[in-house]
Amino acid sequence: MSAYRDHAGRPIVAVTGIGLVTPLGVGVEDNWSALRAGRSGIRRITRFPIAHLRTTIAGTVDLPNEDTGAMCSSERVTRYATLAAEEALATAGLPRGAFPGPLMLGMPPVETEWPDRFRLAAKIAPTPPLYPALTEAATGLESLYRVAAFASVGEKLAERFGTRGAPIALSTACATGASAIQLGVEAIRRGEAEAALAIGADGTVQAEALIRFSLLSALSTRNDDPAKAARPFEKTRDGFVMSEGAACLVLESLEHATARGAKVLGILRGCGEKSDSFHRTRSNPDGGAVIKAMRNAIADAGLEPGAIDYVNAHGTGTPENDKMETLGMRAVFGDAAPPISSNKSMIGHTLSAAGAIEAAFSLLALRDQVLPPTINHEEPDPAITLDVVPNVARDAKVTNVLSNSFGFGGQNVCLVISGAPA
Amino acid sequence: MADTDIWITGIGLVSSAGEGRAAHLAALESTAPAALDDTTYTPFPIHPSPTLELDRQIPKKGDQRQMEPWQRLGTYTAGLAIDDANARGLVGDMDLIVAAGGGERDVALDDAVLSALAPLPPAEAAVKLNEMLAGGLRPTLFLAQLSNLLAGNISIVHGVTGASRTFMGEDQAGADAVRIAAARVAEGNSPIALAGGAYSAPRWDMLMLYNNASLLRRGPWAAVFSREDAPGAITGTLGGFVVMETAAHARARGAQGLAKLNAVASAQARRTAEDTGHEAMAQAFARIAPRLGEGVLPVLSGCTGAAIPTVLEREVLGALTRPLAVRATGSRFGWGVEATFPANIALAALCLSEGVFPASMEKLEARYEQAPRDILVTGFAAWRGEAMAHLSAIPAGEQP
Repeated sequence: MSAYRDHAGRPIVAVTGIGLVTPLGVGVEDNWSALRAGRSGIRRITRFPIAHLRTTIAGTVDLPNEDTGAMCSSERVTRYATLAAEEALATAGLPRGAFPGPLMLGMPPVETEWPDRFRLAAKIAPTPPLYPALTEAATGLESLYRVAAFASVGEKLAERFGTRGAPIALSTACATGASAIQLGVEAIRRGEAEAALAIGADGTVQAEALIRFSLLSALSTRNDDPAKAARPFEKTRDGFVMSEGAACLVLESLEHATARGAKVLGILRGCGEKSDSFHRTRSNPDGGAVIKAMRNAIADAGLEPGAIDYVNAHGTGTPENDKMETLGMRAVFGDAAPPISSNKSMIGHTLSAAGAIEAAFSLLALRDQVLPPTINHEEPDPAITLDVVPNVARDAKVTNVLSNSFGFGGQNVCLVISGAPA
Repeated sequence: MADTDIWITGIGLVSSAGEGRAAHLAALESTAPAALDDTTYTPFPIHPSPTLELDRQIPKKGDQRQMEPWQRLGTYTAGLAIDDANARGLVGDMDLIVAAGGGERDVALDDAVLSALAPLPPAEAAVKLNEMLAGGLRPTLFLAQLSNLLAGNISIVHGVTGASRTFMGEDQAGADAVRIAAARVAEGNSPIALAGGAYSAPRWDMLMLYNNASLLRRGPWAAVFSREDAPGAITGTLGGFVVMETAAHARARGAQGLAKLNAVASAQARRTAEDTGHEAMAQAFARIAPRLGEGVLPVLSGCTGAAIPTVLEREVLGALTRPLAVRATGSRFGWGVEATFPANIALAALCLSEGVFPASMEKLEARYEQAPRDILVTGFAAWRGEAMAHLSAIPAGEQP
């Protein structure tokens, strides 16, 4: 029995399936080979006009035979999440329609978007398209509710994959994907379920969302060479690049996975979180909450900081984040900080999906014993003294990975992921 | 009398009836609905927001300016719950689970944009849209719109910095917020937890959304179970938060409990012929039933008045084969979407603590004039999601 329990006597949580969709491609192998090769998925935006925009680049997912630009955000979220979950379930060898546990879905807030508003306005023209008239015109248009209600994405996924109980849709801003995994781990540890389907998905690359981030001065405006714009930890970094995608992890108690003969891809060994009360978009300059979240995750895993071999960074490429993350790294690891790299240098910031996508890449780093690089590292920032695995992937012995996710609203969530038991 | 029982030690309530325990006890005693506005959002009546002295819970004007009414309401109500639990000193490790909708859109800007651009050819409108949004959106509005920034503001204003999660999913998110918070406290993951939600009713953007799914009542107010003429919810401004901790934790700090939270169950039926939603809630009740005493069972119903779940709930409750005294809190306060379930948990705790039960407002609500020992709280969401909770009174001998 004890082989299935962790240091705190809780069920060990295994990962038996991974699915990935990012601007680098669809599927784990395409994504991982592009990431190892240091390829960027950031491009000029073609999904909507770029006139009048300060930022004209983003990471967008292209699907064969599907126009993701014609979808609204929640349709993209649903589509990417579905693709990621199908891949993860196939890897895990589980049937698609009868998943033995709950759905934990990290996703962005969704709403009725401009194309639908314009369609409603056209329907009532020449009546002035003000809210009361639009509302009346939309009476009973259930299709609009089904893409703009928060429960709607989870409802569709739960139906398709046959997850048990009420699906939970959640948001912790840019830490959302990690929180979804954490909720799944907690449900298994509590004994509520033998398995959980954890998904982080985002598809909000649309004009209004981009403008909102732009108005907060959060986005890179390095529009000339899109592939060079995301520059985490580099001296000339000037913001993050908005992106989208999804990752799905099939989480199972190790006992359940072993009993059904599933291949274990890794262990979700520890989760830690700590919220910050300092500011809506900035961390407390003392780094307290970021440091605590990292320490909580390492302690929850029953490890000491020295046991962490690699950190998958939050690493957004904003001047502020990367400075704070460096401060946190030094506080937790001292002079012996392990290498840290940011996938966002290649895929951009996939927002609600990021924590889940980065957990998936962390598992692949463990599988292949290789650290993905931080690309666009041309001019080191003297204030950032970390080994950021610049530009080129590196072979390394990796046993335990810390994956960091920090979000607006003081949300800090960290995961410790370890290799499959020998 | 178990140390690991979950106690509710504080409640925060804001509705069109006012704020706090006394205003809501008075509203439960009355047989009239709380304040109603049936003209501003015609044809949809709403229960409007009460006037709040925001400075009492959100002392910094700068913080107030960073929020719109929804986040202010939630932050204010969360503060009431923390005060009610006398837990200001415990916020550093307090869990926070918020059930959140989306924040307010700039309705005036939306109207101006559509009015200007709807007549244009689509390609031209799309370009002008960028221009109007880039020039017209206030930078801080985004933060007021972000769902998880209600939790963020509660952290900033009240210093709540334990685990922080925001659940999204209308009514159902409120039930799961309470369920997961209670589970974390029971598991020992957290010493104390704050869970709840808020909904600000005077909002065209939300009325438009819910009307898309035909969830809203048109026409005059009627009690929730008497809306056969025009089924639907009447939205109401509502803030509901509860503070939970184990009995041992509460006693150790000398905190009185309002009620025990014995069980929270949630499910999500497709509400089709194959998956009606009866079974999961019948199973949930079967797990609760052995703990209930004999006699009439008081039920605080979260029934919205929307057509399908109202029938479903009547069928599920009818099949329990025991006498019930049902009260639809929506008749008084309206449908508060994400806030409904947490507010009903808070109202149930208040009733158990005070030994009262709401007055009947319609024929279906059977007389009940005793002090309740148990209350069943139901949450059959307007669109998807079913939930049930069981609370019971705390005997005087168990209080510190």
